Amino acid sequence: MRDEILVDIQHLSKLYPVETGFFTRTNLFVHAVSDLNLQIYRGESVGLVGESGCGKTTTGKLLVRLIDPTEGKIAFHAEDGVVDVATLRGKALKRFRRNVQMIFQDPYESLNPRMTIYDTVAEPLDVQGIGTLPEREERVAELLETVGLTPASSFMFRYPHELSGGQRQRVAIARALVVEPTFVVADEPTSMLDVSVRTGVMQLMQELADKLGVTYLYITHDLAVARYMCQRIAVMYLGKMVELAETEELLHHPQHPYTRALLSAVPVPDPTYKRKPMEIKGGISKPINPPPRCRFYERCPIADDFCRDNDHPPLEDKGGNHFVACYKV
Amino acid sequence: MRDKVLEVKNLTMHYTTRKGPVYAVDDVSFYVGRGESVGLVGESGCGKTSIAISLLKLLPDNAEILSGQILLDGVDLVPLSEDEMRRFRWRRISMVFQAAMNALNPVYTVEEQIIEAMQQHMPHLSDEEMHARVDQLFELVGLDPAFKNQYPHQYSGGMRQRAVIAMALSCEPDLIIADEPTTALDVIVQDQLLKRIREIQEQLNMAMIYISHDIAVIAEVSDRVGVMYAGHLVEMASTEAIFHHPVHPYTMGLMSAFPSIVGPKRELTTLPGEPPDLLNPPPGCRFHPRCHYATSICREKTPEFVEYEEDHYVACWHPGGEG
Repeated sequence: MRDEILVDIQHLSKLYPVETGFFTRTNLFVHAVSDLNLQIYRGESVGLVGESGCGKTTTGKLLVRLIDPTEGKIAFHAEDGVVDVATLRGKALKRFRRNVQMIFQDPYESLNPRMTIYDTVAEPLDVQGIGTLPEREERVAELLETVGLTPASSFMFRYPHELSGGQRQRVAIARALVVEPTFVVADEPTSMLDVSVRTGVMQLMQELADKLGVTYLYITHDLAVARYMCQRIAVMYLGKMVELAETEELLHHPQHPYTRALLSAVPVPDPTYKRKPMEIKGGISKPINPPPRCRFYERCPIADDFCRDNDHPPLEDKGGNHFVACYKV
Repeated sequence: MRDKVLEVKNLTMHYTTRKGPVYAVDDVSFYVGRGESVGLVGESGCGKTSIAISLLKLLPDNAEILSGQILLDGVDLVPLSEDEMRRFRWRRISMVFQAAMNALNPVYTVEEQIIEAMQQHMPHLSDEEMHARVDQLFELVGLDPAFKNQYPHQYSGGMRQRAVIAMALSCEPDLIIADEPTTALDVIVQDQLLKRIREIQEQLNMAMIYISHDIAVIAEVSDRVGVMYAGHLVEMASTEAIFHHPVHPYTMGLMSAFPSIVGPKRELTTLPGEPPDLLNPPPGCRFHPRCHYATSICREKTPEFVEYEEDHYVACWHPGGEG
């Protein structure tokens, strides 16, 4: 199961022009995602972690084609053949959306306040023209029960404002899963939820993955959450993927200096635990027309002249499917 | 017992809403020792920020303190008028808010804003002394004094939060209340700032109340921790005790629901249900609908906040899950 590629991302880039003036044509671009390569296997859950502005949400949006890539290919292996997500149009794009869905961060923003829960969850069925009305009703009811909104009949005709944050996120999950997608991009789905409710939503997403065979790209800034949700974790820094490994391997043997700094900065819920601090210089900046060298060069504690004079290092397998983009490890 | 800077006794405050009163803080008692850092942790809507604004009496129009005492060095703040209260704010108690951008005025430089606070509350200082003090404060919070003549929008998120902390420290308060000061920041910046806050607090021997929903952050900065649930303080003890021997079922649940990146990967447990609606809280113990150990007494009577072990307080009929 692990060997079958579902999404194959090749040299994916997204550049945003920087607004300079009304009549000036800009030559400045934010390199939000830059030459990203990643294979996502069927049935796995890959975590995409990094700080704000590192390009993780842009990557998620590119994969579901909410935005168009500047360069690169996204090969999606659907049941009926391989499609390139970057160039899909019309009917093919609509068919693709049946396979791919997205869950957003904020359930207070992502649900239409004027639509009942039933209408919200059934809308994708309507768009895709799946089932008759009684079939849709049955499907929605069944799914609401699956995501823990029981009894479904008491939720179907309520509005989002009558629900708590955790319940709303469950509705958002039901809506994403109603068309039985094979691939779901979840963008910080639990970061707005309180701890006591968050674990329930995390467990629900895992159960659904096991039960329905959904593959997730799980975008989060929280490494502790990623540890519980993902088999592999990819770390991004300023539009570049700097490290990719199995979750426990990455957490216990981080190799890229940025990953090491990031891990050492995560607070630990244990007052007796002493973290090993790792100092890195400065703060994160925006990748506007960045120099070709390693994006982490300015802040890196181990960089040298070689790093300065060469291009951004390629992502290389350092053994055991542990990929690192650094000349110094 | 140590010297107490702040003692809160049976504080109750509510908000008047169209649907009825919301008791956001209900019969809460705790103290803060001199130079001590107390963490307040709880989920959204549990009343932690309401406690903070009650202590400073920065209440919105629909909120009211109904009963209780807030003793700052023995002086009760509750009956004080707005004018009298003004002498305490900044000088004795100051506050750092979550949204640093909103706490700074965009049309003044950061230095001007800090000096304004000092002119109000420390009029005995000369202009030169104030400028020198701004430099000191900048260095204290880890900002380059060269940036002091810039405007808030020229600062990054982390720098702004540092500037707000510098401002809160400007009048040498005895107690500083920090309400989620690092929540909007990225993890590396948060880590740098947490360390700095802890250093400053110890160096100046200043008391602090640190409010957060994140128990990992609370573990880093607190000497003692209070856990809030639905307007009640349910457990309070040393940080060590709260994390290693919690006895309130809610605290126990929080600890085992919180993921960590260190140690073996243990199973996370889920608390059933959701926090209650404070317009219509459940009778008895407010946690009972979600509690494994709840019995009939929990449904009928609200447990008192009592000392369970030395300096370990809990409001529960079955602390530690025992009968």
